[in-house]
Amino acid sequence: MNAQTIAIRLQVNGEPVEADVSPSMHLVDFLRERLDLTGSHLGCEHGVCGACSVMVDNTLVRGCLMLAVQAAGKEVHTIEGLSDAGALHDLQQAFLQHNALQCGFCTPGMLLTALDLVRNHPDASRDEIRDYISGNYCRCTGYQAIVDAVESVLVARKNALSTSTSAA
Amino acid sequence: MKSRDFFYVRPGSLQQALQALASHGSAAQLLAGGQSLVPALNLRLAAPEVLVDLQDCAELRGIKVSGQSLRIGALTTHAQIQSSPEVVQHVPLLARAVPYVAHTAIRNRGTIGGSLSLADPAAEYPAVALATGAVIIVQGPAKERRIAAADFFKGLYTTDLQPGEILTAVEFPIATADDRSGFYELARRRGDYAMVGLAAQVSVAQGKVAAARLAYFAVADRPILAKTAAASLVGQPIGDPACLSAASHALAADLDPMPDLQAQSQTKSYLAGVVLKRVVQQLGVTS
Repeated sequence: MNAQTIAIRLQVNGEPVEADVSPSMHLVDFLRERLDLTGSHLGCEHGVCGACSVMVDNTLVRGCLMLAVQAAGKEVHTIEGLSDAGALHDLQQAFLQHNALQCGFCTPGMLLTALDLVRNHPDASRDEIRDYISGNYCRCTGYQAIVDAVESVLVARKNALSTSTSAA
Repeated sequence: MKSRDFFYVRPGSLQQALQALASHGSAAQLLAGGQSLVPALNLRLAAPEVLVDLQDCAELRGIKVSGQSLRIGALTTHAQIQSSPEVVQHVPLLARAVPYVAHTAIRNRGTIGGSLSLADPAAEYPAVALATGAVIIVQGPAKERRIAAADFFKGLYTTDLQPGEILTAVEFPIATADDRSGFYELARRRGDYAMVGLAAQVSVAQGKVAAARLAYFAVADRPILAKTAAASLVGQPIGDPACLSAASHALAADLDPMPDLQAQSQTKSYLAGVVLKRVVQQLGVTS
């Protein structure tokens, strides 16, 4: 059997992308090797560690458990695009302040998961934060500082919201 | 690791998917959400020659009431099940189970049809299907078959699905006002495979258990009903911890847990009693 290639079109960080890919190439290899977007990391390559987390059509997915061909027609957002757009600014700042990263390998996936949480569950408790990030492994921090950082952003975003509401 | 190369086809309808399966035969494998298949490909535990991606088969999506059942299309994701008010209202046991399925990112892609057809013995949905008496619907080239959950799971990663057939939907009986449900599983890490789990569906009359189905998972090669323990609950006040002693004792007749990477047989037997206690507590709270 000759190796098959498939033409795909998708949006990556708001830019249209066209490429011919092997069907066996998963999304993170495509992002890293073909688009040089190396912020999404490859840890386990079987869906356990969460280092490859990316957003597809605004939902959080494992980049290693989605084939590039399955992303055809979809909108992909990576750590590069989201940080350039400022969507992660407060989370990045909080991770820095709380020492929520050491080697940094898990951090892009952790930030995307945290972004998904603060967008969709603004009232999350510490326990819910722990539950939400339970699919992202960090081998350095022991998680406590990450939970602190995410919690501080939830509180700050809520305060900003109530200030702007009371000002109006 | 990286997957072996394979040929990829993406049929636009269920009919085309059935044709693709028919033409490629045993060389083909169906791809739904891919949250178990893609890891298996990456680890080279699976190496199909042809992958038939079902994502454009719109017939396989959706949640709707159909007669006395809630019909859930095979491509419905765990996240869609988790956010469905119909599931909460009509199949509360399923609503209790879905948060235990892996993690958010995986629930966004993984599907109920994929989970049922994989038949992992530690998975939640097969046990829920067994406890509720769900019917699994499969479409073959010539005809549709409706298979009771009790007849569908045949063993380790083995189901009644025949070559050329596609699991299209599952129908859960709509819970009545007299039904109660309980679900609990123990895992080493949140979202990880269960060491032992229990999906329980109980009907109540005058505050007492009228019938009970206790579907244990991660204890055998498929989900199994603990019939002796369930029988010992019948006639007892709902959620009464006093029934636990007899029921836990009865589990010894029902379960002979297979050891696995998670735990030895004796540990699983002990944990089966622990999850029973927690599920009986839940049954009392919901009454």
